[in-house]
Amino acid sequence: MTYNGDTIEAEIVKMLTGRIPAGVQVTGETRIVDGLGLDSVAVLDFIMDLEDHFDISIPLDRIAQVQTVTELSGAIGTLVSARG
Amino acid sequence: MMSLGSKFAEIQAGIDALRALGRNPFDIRFEKILSPTEALLDGRPVLLFGTNNYLGLTFDAACIAESARALHEAGTGTTGSRIANGTYSDHALLERRIAQFYDKRAAMIFTTGYQANLGLISTLAGREDHLLIDADCHASIYDASRLGAAEVIRFRHNDPDDLARRLRRLEGRPGDRIVVTEGIYSMLGDTAPLREIAAVKRELGACLIVDEAHSLGILGERGRGLCEAAGVEADVDFVVGTFSKSLGAIGGFAASDLPGFELLRVVCRPFMFTASLPPAVVASVNASLERIARDPSLGRRVLENARRLYFGLTAAGFQVGPEPNPIVAVKMPDRETAVRFWNRLIEEGLYVNLALPPATPASLSLIRSSVSAAHEEAQIDRAVSIMTAVGHELHVLERRASAAALPAT
Ligand SMILES: Cc1ncc(COP(=O)(O)O)c(C=O)c1O
Repeated sequence: MTYNGDTIEAEIVKMLTGRIPAGVQVTGETRIVDGLGLDSVAVLDFIMDLEDHFDISIPLDRIAQVQTVTELSGAIGTLVSARG
Repeated sequence: MMSLGSKFAEIQAGIDALRALGRNPFDIRFEKILSPTEALLDGRPVLLFGTNNYLGLTFDAACIAESARALHEAGTGTTGSRIANGTYSDHALLERRIAQFYDKRAAMIFTTGYQANLGLISTLAGREDHLLIDADCHASIYDASRLGAAEVIRFRHNDPDDLARRLRRLEGRPGDRIVVTEGIYSMLGDTAPLREIAAVKRELGACLIVDEAHSLGILGERGRGLCEAAGVEADVDFVVGTFSKSLGAIGGFAASDLPGFELLRVVCRPFMFTASLPPAVVASVNASLERIARDPSLGRRVLENARRLYFGLTAAGFQVGPEPNPIVAVKMPDRETAVRFWNRLIEEGLYVNLALPPATPASLSLIRSSVSAAHEEAQIDRAVSIMTAVGHELHVLERRASAAALPAT
């Protein structure tokens, strides 16, 4: 499957459903650390699911640079295209 | 002026929320430590079940005598680091003893276990390298990974297949692969599947570091930890550990067969730029290590005690960690119940640890206890009965019972 920024972002939002507290609205600007209603370890665990889904590993320093859902999908996109 | 109040507003709010339910768990003050298993708290005796004093050696007569001898002979402190201010003969003796104990070529001691991880891992993890750490690793391993220059990847807790997948994703990239796991994990007391992890390491090529902080003196016939118990010592490149738990003092170490290990002494910053362990500490660790090398019965005793607590709590209906090890964690239904539970236990004379997310795996709220070889059976039974009474009072047990009675859906 090929991905672009929009499809990756859509996948992230889809995978968040059911994992975040009801009523939390997710957009590209949502901040992953304090905007999802998840604690820091839960965010890292969610990112592991994304890693499985996209068959990549996102190094921790890359995760630390990411603030919003759009930035996260950008980081994933870069790693997915590097994978080839 | 900098405002710490606003900088840490969220932290303060968290502490205020805990205080609204009782004591501040970050500020427990014992007036007096009576023994490895008892202390005075708020003027009342409490049973200690949250100490990591696994072998109960903090009041061991031989350790105290050796410590006092060294204190009188060599003074209260070394006042500097090993590279700048020199090594005392007892430092060198302890390093030889640790190397001997693990049957490794060399060992290095550090001022704390935290610094042993910080130093070893950050120094090994160079710029092109890849550090793969178990998701549930201790904070010192996470901090080490930030101090090092390597790319850091977290693998799923105790999941060798996930580790293998992540190593395969690195195929074709330069640099060393360094894998870090623990022996017994500090929150749930579960052990790493080291045999499988060692097999992945052999197949895909990596350097393996195992932190035996909670397993030294407890697992393995000779007390060397999980690596010994699992029969994988030859596959483990570095063993790390601490003197602050089973050995009853403070300090940390790393041991290895790798040629060139001694070079770490002049490149490892958390070794080089901090003062070395004081003589009294080194001497007591020498004595406690000598004791466990000579007498494995303490390790057997703590495991028997651990089973007594673990199965006592299971029989009462509590949900505990996956294995009966000296860390026994009871799962609480939610954060607030955990805080109330912990406060009630103290009122009833039982001190344990409150462990809350994000310091816990899977966002669990836990009542974490650690068992000692020094606990009497009667003390363990008392701990079980206090926990059971509080479990009923706060409806933790009824909730569990009724949940179990529900038909599976
Ligand atoms: C797994 C693990 N590694 C390292 C440490 C740090 O050891 P120390 O407290 O001796 O610095 C701890 C405990 O605190 C630990 O649980």
